[in-house]
Amino acid sequence: MTQPAVAPRRRSILRQMAKHRQVYVILLPVLLFYLIFNYGPMFGNVIAFQRYSITRGILKSPFVGLAHFRSFLKNYTFWRLLRNTVMINLYGLIFGFPAPIILALLLNELRGARFKRTVQTLTYMPYFISTVVVSGLMVDFLSTRGMINEIVKIFGGQPVQFLVRPELFWGVYTASEVWQGVGWGSIIYLSALSGIDQELYEASAIDGANRAGRLWHVTLPGILGTIMIMLILRIGQMLSLGYEKILLIYSTTVYSTADVISTYVYRKGLLDQDFSYSTAVGLFNSVVNFVLLLSANKLSRSATGGGLW
Amino acid sequence: MIGKRSTGSAVFDAANYAILTALVIVCVYPVYYVVAASVSNPVALYRGSKFLLWPREFSLATYKLVFQYPAIWTGYANTLLYVGAGVAISLALTVCGAFGLSRSYLIGRVAITMFIVFTMYFSGGMIPSFLLIRSLGMYDSRWAMLLPGAVSTFNLIIMLTYFRGIPESLEEAAKIDGASEYRILCTVYLPLCAPVLAVIALYYAVAKWNSYFQALIYLRSRTSYPLQLILREILIQNDQSMVSGGGAYDGLEAYAQNVKYASIVVATVPILTMYPFLQKYFVKGIMIGAVKG
Repeated sequence: MTQPAVAPRRRSILRQMAKHRQVYVILLPVLLFYLIFNYGPMFGNVIAFQRYSITRGILKSPFVGLAHFRSFLKNYTFWRLLRNTVMINLYGLIFGFPAPIILALLLNELRGARFKRTVQTLTYMPYFISTVVVSGLMVDFLSTRGMINEIVKIFGGQPVQFLVRPELFWGVYTASEVWQGVGWGSIIYLSALSGIDQELYEASAIDGANRAGRLWHVTLPGILGTIMIMLILRIGQMLSLGYEKILLIYSTTVYSTADVISTYVYRKGLLDQDFSYSTAVGLFNSVVNFVLLLSANKLSRSATGGGLW
Repeated sequence: MIGKRSTGSAVFDAANYAILTALVIVCVYPVYYVVAASVSNPVALYRGSKFLLWPREFSLATYKLVFQYPAIWTGYANTLLYVGAGVAISLALTVCGAFGLSRSYLIGRVAITMFIVFTMYFSGGMIPSFLLIRSLGMYDSRWAMLLPGAVSTFNLIIMLTYFRGIPESLEEAAKIDGASEYRILCTVYLPLCAPVLAVIALYYAVAKWNSYFQALIYLRSRTSYPLQLILREILIQNDQSMVSGGGAYDGLEAYAQNVKYASIVVATVPILTMYPFLQKYFVKGIMIGAVKG
């Protein structure tokens, strides 16, 4: 009975598509791009469950199940990598995430438009400096005879070998991230702040609220939605952030705190060519990442009613 | 804002100015330092304190070395190629994708959008990507710098948001005149979205200029290295061939140290000279993106 009903519909869909076929032609290269370069590697993850060899290829390499995942979880580096990845990101969440929000709030309290604009322009600058250059500057400035230690000495301190001491790595890395991202990150909050209805401020002033009160009752609620979105996005990238910089500034002496899952994948996969094992580690990373994103989104929806979807 | 300011409020304002001024110094001084150090006499800088308020014994000696170093030039040429061709490819794909997805009569529009957005949240990973590039025969080829990562989904969404804001009535008129979809895209949409096109081109250009990792994993021949990989040799791996190649120097270490600053300046000047322009457009781009969020 459904046959006669479906057939005309399908025909009308086809007719619709034929009528607008040019749109599909325009869209095709983009879809192919995503299929090849984004979905291709996703399916390439199959080798995480194989003993992959380049000569045999994906189709003929033997299947080994979860062996690589098991050996990663049992590896002595596993806990170290997990701890470092989580801690570096936790530092980022605690110090790096609020920094642009605080900057935006401070800028919002300024009365002089010119000073505000100058601060904005100049604090955006580090964002445009490449990872290689920032890392090179860190290696240079933080060395025993570097610029930072000269300043430490001016204030009567002892020079510190910042990039050689494992216990300092999380802090040093986070500081460099804040330096590079604080100004740029504040833009989105400033745009959210400019969207707050000015009448709310006037109303709260009439109610006798002081500046702190206005901040708490008008400003912060006004940008809460933006903060939540940025937080979810940030949590969704948690485990994959920053390795490009860590790869440049770490060294074997600080592996105990600096080695993260992605840098380990890089070494195992691309330097040691242990493709299957490193793919398994990378897949573990991606899956944990995705689960974190889903949970953050769910949490945000139940807490504030808003989320990414 | 209104009426008499309390003492607490005045103290806060003073502290606020102080904090923001300190932040500006922290952001600007390292950049200023590199420029000042690069035009200082290398030996004088090396022997004395590393803290600079002003160039020490002005000298352009290290710039001479940098400009004589062939790898800087090949790196520059490669980077210009990757940025130029890369931006063209990225922009074309992004515009096509956004235009297609903005059509209300596109069948399966929601599904296709999800297909694209999903890649923002889940990635195939470093090693499968590497193996894919290898099996496509793109390893150590310049295409590996241009095609993988050509479309940034974030930029695509910014573009899409903008396209959706363009009233359909504009294209109705063109359609009555019998214009094809290609003509509508080129004559109605592209002229209208010139500002957002500029923003996205700049996003792509800066990202491509500054990236090094893709080149690190996909390229082997030093002749196709972009500037950032040459910089990595000089800054991170302490490659001193630039200095030692030019004969014995008084204070080799001092020169090796100082060519780093000059190389940074040479490699970063294009971005920083475009910077006032960049920041104006970039901020606009974030605002467009924020409307959607």
